[in-house]
Amino acid sequence: MILSKHEFVARAGLDYPTLEVWIAEEWLAPSRTTVDLAFSELDLARAKLIRELIDDLGVNAEGVGLVLHLLDQVYGLRRAMADMLKAAHESAKPKAD
Amino acid sequence: MDDPYEILKVPRDAKPDDIRKAYLRLAKKLHPDLNPGDKKSEEQFKQVASAHELLSDPEKRRRFDSGEIDAAGAEAPREKYYRDYAGGAQGSPYESASGYADFMDTDDLLAEMFRQRRRNVRGTDLHYSLAVDFLDAINGATKRINLPDGSSLDVTIPPGVQAEQTLRLRGKGERSPGAGEAGDALVEIAIRPHKFFSRHGDNIHLDLPVTFAEAVLGAEIKAPTPSGAVMLKVPKGSNSGSILRLKGKGAPRREGRGDLLVKLKIMAPTEPNAELETFLATWAPANYDPRREMPS
Repeated sequence: MILSKHEFVARAGLDYPTLEVWIAEEWLAPSRTTVDLAFSELDLARAKLIRELIDDLGVNAEGVGLVLHLLDQVYGLRRAMADMLKAAHESAKPKAD
Repeated sequence: MDDPYEILKVPRDAKPDDIRKAYLRLAKKLHPDLNPGDKKSEEQFKQVASAHELLSDPEKRRRFDSGEIDAAGAEAPREKYYRDYAGGAQGSPYESASGYADFMDTDDLLAEMFRQRRRNVRGTDLHYSLAVDFLDAINGATKRINLPDGSSLDVTIPPGVQAEQTLRLRGKGERSPGAGEAGDALVEIAIRPHKFFSRHGDNIHLDLPVTFAEAVLGAEIKAPTPSGAVMLKVPKGSNSGSILRLKGKGAPRREGRGDLLVKLKIMAPTEPNAELETFLATWAPANYDPRREMPS
């Protein structure tokens, strides 16, 4: 599902200036269409996470960037590890011929 | 849910501030997005969040303390977490390789596997929307989208494309960060309405104005179709609302095309016409009551 900027702001409970800041800070990186920004459900879930970091977990603005940066690395590492495990399983399987 | 005081590990007379602090301490530790590999954390976090929800609201807390409500009432349904998307099979554009990029500098087997993976990463898909004219959607066309960066994208509209259909242009998305294939461009089609034609499934509808004489006497008249005008035979004794079917002149479908349904619309002259008025004043055919079947 693709959300326009308008729908995204409504569903994420944000205002436009806040969204601009988050995009400028590269906390959010929506894809672009010819006329508008296009947001995915991933972007929406990420926006919710950012809100919870700030509102519930007491993380300040500098901290949010840091947390996201580390989280993006964790998810990258998790996928790399999952790929490695998969590759290892595959190479361990007896070849059918 | 268990006792919210126990979940938050606070005494029953805890001050609101202590409850908030206890919640923050636990939430930081248990938030599922900060623990992407820990399945249990989600369940625990849910309990902590519900306990906080209950105890942070003075009214709800009072009612819970006096036994009016139990803890179960406070459990709010939760939408998906970020990790449900970011940890999905197709990965996320936010993901970063900086946590392991240095492993790729060595030359052992592990590094080779990482390099391979990095090379094969696919570029991101890009989304566009494109509005096309009705006839271009029926007959097909080539359209150019100008991109913000100054480049452009040629889109071939297949004949018969439907509104909201998405065309996938392979390899026209973002380039791979490594040597993998580029992402795709996804173009969502919007169709501008036509002044005369409208589409209904594979058929196209057209209202065609005719004169009294053409309807009553029959005629061969020129009718527009999406693929150019054709001569249409209006049978003698046609009426407003009569539908003539032009086979194969509708929208393209898997085999052949749908039909063009031409609905005749008798148009009286727009200027007053003395001759017609004189004739109609004296013309009284028997059994001519178009509202015969309506209840009076």
